[in-house]
Amino acid sequence: MSQSHGYMKALKCRECGREYPLAATHVCEFDFGPLEVAYDYDRIKKSLTRAVICSRPQTMWRYRELLPVAGEPTVGRQVGYTPLVKADRLAQRLGIRELWIKNDAVNYPTLSFKDRVVSVALSRSVELGFKTVACASTGNLANSVAANAAAAGLDAYVFIPSDLELGKVVNSLVYGANVIGIKGHYDEVNRLCAEIAGKYGWAFVNVNMRPYYAEGSKSMGYEIIEQLGWRVPEHTVVPMASGSLLTKVHKAYQEFIKVGLIEDTKWKMHGAQATGCSPISSAQKAGLDFFKPVKPNTIAKSLAIGTPADGFYSLKVMKETGGHADDVTDDEIREGIRLLAECEGIFAETAGGVTVGVAKKLIAAGKIAADSSAVLCITGNGLKTIEAMTGHVGATREIRPSLREFEALLAHDQPAMVAA
Amino acid sequence: MVHISIPPTLRQLCGGEETVTVRPGTVGEAVTQLHHRFNGIRDRLCDEGGRLRGSVLVFVNEEDIRFLNEQDTPLKPGDLVSIIPAFAGG
Repeated sequence: MSQSHGYMKALKCRECGREYPLAATHVCEFDFGPLEVAYDYDRIKKSLTRAVICSRPQTMWRYRELLPVAGEPTVGRQVGYTPLVKADRLAQRLGIRELWIKNDAVNYPTLSFKDRVVSVALSRSVELGFKTVACASTGNLANSVAANAAAAGLDAYVFIPSDLELGKVVNSLVYGANVIGIKGHYDEVNRLCAEIAGKYGWAFVNVNMRPYYAEGSKSMGYEIIEQLGWRVPEHTVVPMASGSLLTKVHKAYQEFIKVGLIEDTKWKMHGAQATGCSPISSAQKAGLDFFKPVKPNTIAKSLAIGTPADGFYSLKVMKETGGHADDVTDDEIREGIRLLAECEGIFAETAGGVTVGVAKKLIAAGKIAADSSAVLCITGNGLKTIEAMTGHVGATREIRPSLREFEALLAHDQPAMVAA
Repeated sequence: MVHISIPPTLRQLCGGEETVTVRPGTVGEAVTQLHHRFNGIRDRLCDEGGRLRGSVLVFVNEEDIRFLNEQDTPLKPGDLVSIIPAFAGG
């Protein structure tokens, strides 16, 4: 393959290995298997060293040889390198020796991990000459496509379930994107988008651009390794909607070994779902390597995918690494959000509550050992799903601007302080 | 007749058609009818045991047949069948 494709070699079917040109296409013509980008790892190994990475700006693009664009990225150049926070207070509450939060709730520019995948998908869409980009989304992806398309001067059509949280709807509309609310759940949005993608020549980031798009998630894994001091955590807990993020963080760990950036080691990938939409965790707990599709019913709308595209592959990764999956109820999701907020000052969206809640369960069950290190992937910001917490976090106490009224209030809370 | 929407990856096999029609019956029988008209299409959609591949989703009037009666799901005149690759979204 020519130099003009950067470090990419071809698109390759994950099932049969047939190769395809590096175009906007996502499934194998022969068995409908998913296409994945194949790289020239030998060349990457020669050019991507720790010193090279460290010399570059702190964004996801410091690992650009391992990301599927041919030239320099043109969309979302500032995305990524979010904080990896040592969460000692939460560690104590959950009963684990070492705990870290990978905080994509503050990813740039739209406060979710989706800016990673969109940055790659739109940069590649520009390379392939597209003018209109689109997506099927549970909300965060719509926000990111709308914002990044606006910044890049591309037209955007984003398709979402019509009952999404208001914050996620406004956060797509404000950028001037065409926001289409579908009267149905995400799986129905997704089916419609597959049909639209087959008819119109647009870059659908998670349909025909999916082989490139999905690779953007790997950057979360690269950053975790680098920020931990070039080591892989023993346990990584990842929320699962389609299951793609879990497989890509795992792939990131594998690739850093493959290109010689770290020594070979072992780790476990664990998956988190909401009980109201748990096709993957139910299958994992039952020891199955396939899942049964479900109709979602959960406050974790960003994870409400009843037919997860990477369900099969995420089950495979958990099995291969010795990881586990579990799921939590709506009340446990809210408790998880509160725990993270009260212990670490991080307000995550519902998917974050799922991740914290499941981590708590896995630690309590000994599936994540108390004497080990774990990273929790927090993928979105709590300000986008305010509805889920409204009425569950207490209420403001109102007083007149009077010192006497304040002291009456304080006397109720802390009598000793006022008496002194 | 029953209308079947053909995904782009299969259109070349179906003479470039976006939609083809088959006689009423079941989803499984519709695949057989397609196979007789467009040689090779069953091998794309089904595994060696004749079951639809996990990578293929089939919808009848917008409902996933896994929530209906899988390949035995009946098709009546006027029904719309969509064939969609599973690996999208998320």
